Amino acid sequence: MAFIDMKKREIQSKLVYYGPGRGGKTTNVLHLFKTMSRQVCGKMVTIDTRGDRTLFFDFLPLSIGKIMNLNIRIQVYTVPGQVLYNDTRKLVLRGVDGVVFVADSLRIQQQQNIDSLINLEENLREEKLSIRTVPLVFQYNKIDLAETSIPTLTVEELQNDLNKNHQLPYFPASALKGFGVYETLREISKKMIKSITIKLKDGHLQGVGG
Amino acid sequence: MDLVLSGDQIAGLEQIMEEELLKRGARHAFLVDFSGNLITEGGELLMEDLLPLAALTAANFGATERMAGLIGEKDFTLLFHKGNKSHIHFSRVEENFILVTVFGNDVPLGMIRLGSGRAREQMSSLLRG
Repeated sequence: MAFIDMKKREIQSKLVYYGPGRGGKTTNVLHLFKTMSRQVCGKMVTIDTRGDRTLFFDFLPLSIGKIMNLNIRIQVYTVPGQVLYNDTRKLVLRGVDGVVFVADSLRIQQQQNIDSLINLEENLREEKLSIRTVPLVFQYNKIDLAETSIPTLTVEELQNDLNKNHQLPYFPASALKGFGVYETLREISKKMIKSITIKLKDGHLQGVGG
Repeated sequence: MDLVLSGDQIAGLEQIMEEELLKRGARHAFLVDFSGNLITEGGELLMEDLLPLAALTAANFGATERMAGLIGEKDFTLLFHKGNKSHIHFSRVEENFILVTVFGNDVPLGMIRLGSGRAREQMSSLLRG
């Protein structure tokens, strides 16, 4: 649920990085935090277990510029990927305005990617949102491992598994090395802003005044 | 449903927090929605701390809501965390908002509860329009 403050002339919106456990959601956000200037991004908060897995969520606020004379603030969250933590994923998805689905290119994770996407669809439905209309992009993480002896999925296989019915933008990436991270963020930000702008222009946002 | 608040509505919420909480000695007061958006705030804390606090507040309330469900309650409408020098008081406003007050040892909890209760009523009527 985007929030528009007409006093400060600011839009706040919520972006969630979703995907299977150990897929690189936190690594994406950590890369943004480490490489962005402090004017653009605020303090990062992580709630993880001692085993380095996200227990609740990561959080990073970003200020990404202006549209229609309104400052845009995107609050970035990650969800815990482990199947067990579905209640937590539902909590983090509350009021979501955009999703990056971070798929794991490791061949061994093929089914987990598919299951996680189905889980996203179900959880969005509970939020009264459709996977077909919510701003969404795919990121195929750890793609650099294709150059090693570790068995990985090709982009074509990942597309066939996850994006065949959606035909949405997708980005091969290595969050650890930093490539593809900004491209993914740029595309989802554009989609989220476009979605909010359409609502603003169509007058679907009620109560604008001041 | 996205939420838009006018300049007048935000100013009204700020005035309620000022009168009912900050003037009673609270260090900071802010209103958050259940998505974690910071709706409005006033006091001495820095914005860089407030944004994570807002996100954690929504998560905290969400988590305790699940706890409430496990013991047969719909939710807990009031939460309080006590520290050595600083404390946080949370209370729900309408269905979708949480009023958060940060205060020190110089202000009794009863005073904050009184102020929060009064602020909650006034904010409810303002948000209902």
